[in-house]
Amino acid sequence: MSILVDSSTKVIVQGITGHFGAQHTRLSLDYGTKIIAGVVPGKGGKLFDEKVPIFNTVAEAKQETGATVSVIFVPPPYAADAILEAVFAELDLAVCVTEFIPVRDVIMVKRAMEGTKTKLLGPNCPGIVTPGSGNNSYGGCRIGISPGYIHKKGHIGVASRSGTLTYEAVWQLTSRGVGQSTCVGIGGDPVHGLSHLDIIKMFNEDPDTHGIIIIGEIGGTSEEQAAEWIKHNCKKPIAAFVAGSTAPPGRRMGHAGAIISGGKGTAAAKIEAFKEADVAIAPTPADIADTLLKIM
Amino acid sequence: MNIHEYQAKQLLSKHDVPVPPGKLCKTPEEARSVAGKLFGLGYSRVIVKSQIHAGGRGKGVFKNGKRGGVKICKNLTEAYINAKNMLGNVLVTKQTGPEGKLVRKVLVEVALDVQQELYVGVVLDHSIGRPVMITCKEGGMDIEEVAATNPQSIVREVIDPAIGLMPFQARRIAINLGLNSELLTLTVKLLQGLYKTWWECEATLVEINPLHIFRQADGQQNLVAVDGKVVLDDNALFRHPELVELRDYDEESPLEVEASNYNLSYIKLNGNIACLVNGAGLAMATMDIIKYYGGDPANFLDVGGGASPEQVAAAFKIIASDPNVKVILVNIFGGIMQCDIIANGIISAVNDHQFKIPIIVRLEGNKSDIARQILKDSGLNLISATTMADAAEKAVKAASKPVQVAA
Repeated sequence: MSILVDSSTKVIVQGITGHFGAQHTRLSLDYGTKIIAGVVPGKGGKLFDEKVPIFNTVAEAKQETGATVSVIFVPPPYAADAILEAVFAELDLAVCVTEFIPVRDVIMVKRAMEGTKTKLLGPNCPGIVTPGSGNNSYGGCRIGISPGYIHKKGHIGVASRSGTLTYEAVWQLTSRGVGQSTCVGIGGDPVHGLSHLDIIKMFNEDPDTHGIIIIGEIGGTSEEQAAEWIKHNCKKPIAAFVAGSTAPPGRRMGHAGAIISGGKGTAAAKIEAFKEADVAIAPTPADIADTLLKIM
Repeated sequence: MNIHEYQAKQLLSKHDVPVPPGKLCKTPEEARSVAGKLFGLGYSRVIVKSQIHAGGRGKGVFKNGKRGGVKICKNLTEAYINAKNMLGNVLVTKQTGPEGKLVRKVLVEVALDVQQELYVGVVLDHSIGRPVMITCKEGGMDIEEVAATNPQSIVREVIDPAIGLMPFQARRIAINLGLNSELLTLTVKLLQGLYKTWWECEATLVEINPLHIFRQADGQQNLVAVDGKVVLDDNALFRHPELVELRDYDEESPLEVEASNYNLSYIKLNGNIACLVNGAGLAMATMDIIKYYGGDPANFLDVGGGASPEQVAAAFKIIASDPNVKVILVNIFGGIMQCDIIANGIISAVNDHQFKIPIIVRLEGNKSDIARQILKDSGLNLISATTMADAAEKAVKAASKPVQVAA
């Protein structure tokens, strides 16, 4: 078991012929992920790398292939449109990798998504990986831009706002022989789809997830919201790391959402909220896996 | 992107928010002439305001010893002298840091008699993904302080982005602020203009603090935005060429400007261990672990995804321009970026800059095996690290050693 996606998930790539989209489609195909269609308006009927059919619209790709998930590698000015195309094609999940989307576009996307069935991961996220049982976790579902080989099939769920910091935590687990059920990047933008809390609830329900790692960072209140729910509802062991203890206030630390403003969104406040919920805190990013394994 | 007060007021004014009559001035003579015109219109006082990208100007102190970056003047001589004391001088405020900011422009405006000061602003609420109008009866104060000491006085109104701020919401806010008589209609118009500024300019923050209630010569009450702040969404600027024009490079750190030209995310800090990291979360975490082991990061630097060797070289160039740097810590976990690209970038940068300072390199992820081999074969004196903890410890240790002078 896993959350959101598994090795049988059929995936569409929106923007499959772009440099970035093509590179990561190939890596996902190499990983054994069922990338079964691409969408590029105007290139319908062609094949990507002589094997993946390209469609003009998401609706057509879904109808022809039975795909349920789409990953979006479309440049920022067109990304909101691409997300909503996936939403109105009634896919289960849209994963938006694109960074630098204007925040007003994402506000409108979220508004338009109310009452629809589609879940959104991102934008500005590394995607989602459910490791497979093959060599180097081959045969799993890799959607987005994570390096596949760092994973290992197992029972730890990972939810994070960051990309490379997630890889760091996953690699620590894998190096210690501990596998993951699913690793989810929720993205570094101030407005995004699924939150830490949404993912934690899913991990809590998933019988195959035995422990959870949360990676947070300064800005917003996603971590505090998750902590409040965990305090009353989650019985699984959880470890957390919050990045940005040394970040100066008022400065945007790379991610659009990573900013301490008005004294809000500090790492200290998030760590305090997690402690109150009995979440184990990793003192440094090098101790994330060990912090969880100690309480398992 | 931050802009100046006078620019924020231009944007607000364009969206029907009343601002005081006035003009931007670059010389004391100009300030005197503008003040003369305003006195000529029958106003009894003008205000001279330093234009810098930082708050706390009124209580700020100039490095020439003069106090106050904002001054009320009753005559032409006062306007001239105050402008002269400000222009060309460095103003230190609570927000500028000890180095302060050079005042290159002043705004000269009419100063009206205040009956009441209010706070109104629009921000983005991250947790609900919607704009929120924030208002408070205590204007002119630091709203963050008010939020901490008297949170009940702050009223929030969530705005549905599909319909905008409806008049009934604006009326509710106005009545909450106690503006329920002759000012109601004017307030509704002003608040809708405030929200429209936020929406149309794609701002992340629009703030009027204070908003003044004053009595006109005819006895009628009116409203005016005495101070305005607008922060724009960098990611939306491609749609707003007219707003891009408002960028003032003089207000930004030259190194940060150069970094942004290479699409690098760089923030200068005060330590001596430079970090070169891929990914914002990992870059923050690298700063954190340096601090944990007793060191001080010199910067935040995220080379981002898909960084080319040119970008990596630019990152080293920026680091090399910071004289405080004693050690460089490269921490790369390759997901988007391939470690062999980084390895080649490191080699060419180290060769270009002839770095004499220790460089600790930790590479993990995509093609990290090849990358490690490339670095090893380079014959350069790079200190290899395995984990983040190992890298941080080595960097802190190297930074605490006295600088070695090359033979």
